[in-house]
Amino acid sequence: MSTPTGTPPSHRGPLRRLADFLDDRTGYRSIVHEALYERVPGGARWRYVWGSTLVFAFMTQVITGLFLWASYSASAQTAWESVHYIQHDMAGGWLLRGIHHVMAQAMVVLLALHLLQVVIDGAYRAPREVNFWLGLVLMLIVLGMALTGYLLPWDQKGYWATRVATNLAGLVPLVGPALQQLVVGGPDYGHHTLTRFFALHAGFLPATLVLMLVVHLALFRRHGLHAKQPPAGPDAMFWPDQVLKDAVAMLAVMAVVLGVILVPALRTMAAGGTVDWGHVGAELGAPADPSQPYAAARPEWYFLFLFQFLKVFEGWGATGEFVGAIVVPGVIMAVMFLMPIVGRWNLGHRFNVAFTFALLAGVGLLTGLALHEDYYALWVDRGSLADAERLFAETGGDERKIAAALGGDRARIAAMEKRLRTLEKVRNSEAFLAAVRQARIDAARASELALRPERIPPAGALELVRQDPATQGPRLFAQHCGSCHAHVDPASPDAATILAKSSAANLHGFGTAAWMTGLLDPNQVAGPAYFGNTAHADGDMVGFVQGDLQDAEAWTPADTQAVIAAMASESGLGVAAPDVVARGRELVASDERCGSCHRFRDNGTELGTACDLTGWGSREWLAGIIADPTHERFYGASNDRMPSFGKAADGGAPQLTSEQIGMLADWLRGEWYRKGGGAHR
Amino acid sequence: MHPETSPPVSPEAPRRGFLAKALALGCGGLATLAPLGAGVWAILDPLRRTSGAAAFRPVTDLAAVPADGVPRRFAVVADRVDAWTGFAAEPVGAVYLRREPGSDTVQALSATCPHAGCFVEMNATGTCFRCPCHNSAFTFDGGIVEPSPSPRPMDGLECRVAEGGAVEVKWENFYTGIAAKVARP
Ligand code: HEM
Ligand code: FES
Repeated sequence: MSTPTGTPPSHRGPLRRLADFLDDRTGYRSIVHEALYERVPGGARWRYVWGSTLVFAFMTQVITGLFLWASYSASAQTAWESVHYIQHDMAGGWLLRGIHHVMAQAMVVLLALHLLQVVIDGAYRAPREVNFWLGLVLMLIVLGMALTGYLLPWDQKGYWATRVATNLAGLVPLVGPALQQLVVGGPDYGHHTLTRFFALHAGFLPATLVLMLVVHLALFRRHGLHAKQPPAGPDAMFWPDQVLKDAVAMLAVMAVVLGVILVPALRTMAAGGTVDWGHVGAELGAPADPSQPYAAARPEWYFLFLFQFLKVFEGWGATGEFVGAIVVPGVIMAVMFLMPIVGRWNLGHRFNVAFTFALLAGVGLLTGLALHEDYYALWVDRGSLADAERLFAETGGDERKIAAALGGDRARIAAMEKRLRTLEKVRNSEAFLAAVRQARIDAARASELALRPERIPPAGALELVRQDPATQGPRLFAQHCGSCHAHVDPASPDAATILAKSSAANLHGFGTAAWMTGLLDPNQVAGPAYFGNTAHADGDMVGFVQGDLQDAEAWTPADTQAVIAAMASESGLGVAAPDVVARGRELVASDERCGSCHRFRDNGTELGTACDLTGWGSREWLAGIIADPTHERFYGASNDRMPSFGKAADGGAPQLTSEQIGMLADWLRGEWYRKGGGAHR
Repeated sequence: MHPETSPPVSPEAPRRGFLAKALALGCGGLATLAPLGAGVWAILDPLRRTSGAAAFRPVTDLAAVPADGVPRRFAVVADRVDAWTGFAAEPVGAVYLRREPGSDTVQALSATCPHAGCFVEMNATGTCFRCPCHNSAFTFDGGIVEPSPSPRPMDGLECRVAEGGAVEVKWENFYTGIAAKVARP
């Protein structure tokens, strides 16, 4: 229609002539015209924008996804590493990944809105049934892409969420186990889980989606827009009236996505802080580690309702999971697929609308419940449950004992049971929140290690984390040492409570002058931070500190200070004037002082009475005592309960490997990689 | 559909239509700019990367370089960072070292062909260098043997003999295919 016939071809501009040429050969003008000049009965409306925003969201994912692909590497040793590189090293990588991450979530919201609009408007009715079914399939594909994408960074979060999801797939009758093994790419999670999920995420699923989308849009055009009745005004054209509304909506969606990404950073800037762009946008957890428990494991928020729904069937075992994860969702999908048929009758349509609202309300409720459970401790004051806590501690939660403690008063028992349940919820929530905090710490540490100048070893970032004293030290300590030893800064407010519960020395700051000062303090040596809760509480060392050492003529305060300086210099954790250290060493070695019991360097004292102070608190010394405290260099026969972690019980493996013992020693000594190469402690 | 079915056109419609079209294109374009811009920003990242300053690396001992004027090949070992992975002491390339009879001065040539970057080897009879890709030939001191597709002689590398006899080479990569010897950043 728009070929200008008025001007002779020779007088048209070169652009116009090129356009004419192309139109002549391709007929593109009529195609464009066809695409743009669609009639919108009753005029353009905001309620029609959801479909277009979904197409836009998908296009955004395709664009950002392809650019991410250009830097992503799908293998167990490179997935986390490449995503970390995108996030922290590449210019603009944080923004690219942030948009992909947040738009994926926006897409789920838009899907819900689109579905809601279609159902409310009854747009699924004849002749649009097939298109409605296509839409449902599109929705499932998008959810599939969200699920597969979540694994790709191969961090703890994605890894554990995906393990749960794939295990649930294994519950499908007959084909379940095979299906699971196919998706996972073998019996275990690894390289092929990633390559397969990536092929699904960036290949099979989007290709299928595009095919379906083309048909979906073609059918949409064939049927025309399903107009909301009554019409708001006269008919309008798709272009530009509806397109304008669509474009404004797209811009709004993008603004929200960018807002989610940027607002935290802008806040930091407004508060005068500096923004580390590597931490803006999508989070990246610590590298996936099948050997490391992850109590913060949750699916992405839009799948949280399913997670919560499964809890409804707790106690039903595998049947419950089968019902919760497969039967019920299957029935719901079936009802949705039947909507166009049911909707032929007016009552049916009402049922469909009610069902959709009920479904969304259910999803919202379950999501709310899940969040409520997880974050419960944030709004319940534990102090208000002090009585329940005390009773629980006294009775160990035993029902009969509780009843007895409450004098058998029914009403009080019932009230207390309620409070005890609340207490348990608070405890569970506190555990979850602590796990989330720990996950953040681990993630930040993994990132710090990955950014060392030496970068990540070829074996991957997990290797770095597994060999990091700062990460492994506290874990190993909690698992192997913490049942007896405390590790708490004596100046911290809860030190007293923690120390009271410990049955061996507080190892916080072991090897430092401060620790040694406390040991030589008559008021502390028999206290809980030192020998108080051990068999050595009335041993020779306590006797010496509280006796000989208090003889101010034999031991001047300067002598004590010199000994402390000498000992802290043995560990390498203290620095003092060389003459003071030399004087201290003389005192320690002297057979009238420490040397009467302790061997020190070449003082010749027999081993067996007390530990060898040579190299006290050094890495080697610590590793030695952890490996075998019964060695004559350490406690020998007077060792009080401490296991020999490095010694194998006949034929078996030792409790700790020498690397693990080394990491414990390094951690106790405060020696681990720090950004900028900071000094000890 | 057909323009005939379009709504009745009011007098101010064309101008409103133009405004609406411009706005629609503007909003849509702006919205798409974000993912596209982020993508282009990130994909240009390699332009910021350099392989680090050239440094002397110990390659071998003087005794291992035969004093007969015939070049011998040695691997250059260096720490290398490939995007996120750090490799400690990895072979990163190769050099030919030679010295004249009676001389302690070592000449170092990069094994990378200045034509298009293939690995230059010795010819079958061991009389000169020959590149297996497009047959550039070079004399033992790196000079071009005409006719040659290579625009310049083999790239010499700075080389020194440290006390104790360690031969150290300043390892660098150069742009290929041009007459000038220009180091890559
Ligand atoms: C052709 C289209 C797509 C391609 C090529 C693509 C590609 C990728 C790539 C390479 C990654 C890994 C990088 C990373 O994790 O940061 C990724 C992650 C992800 N993708 Fe996609 N994607 C596409 C579409 C989608 C769609 C439609 C959705 C959602 C509905 C989606 C959701 C996700 C999610 C949730 C992640 C994890 C992001 C994160 O938190 O790190 N993707 N995608
Ligand atoms: S690359 Fe050596 S001759 Fe072409």
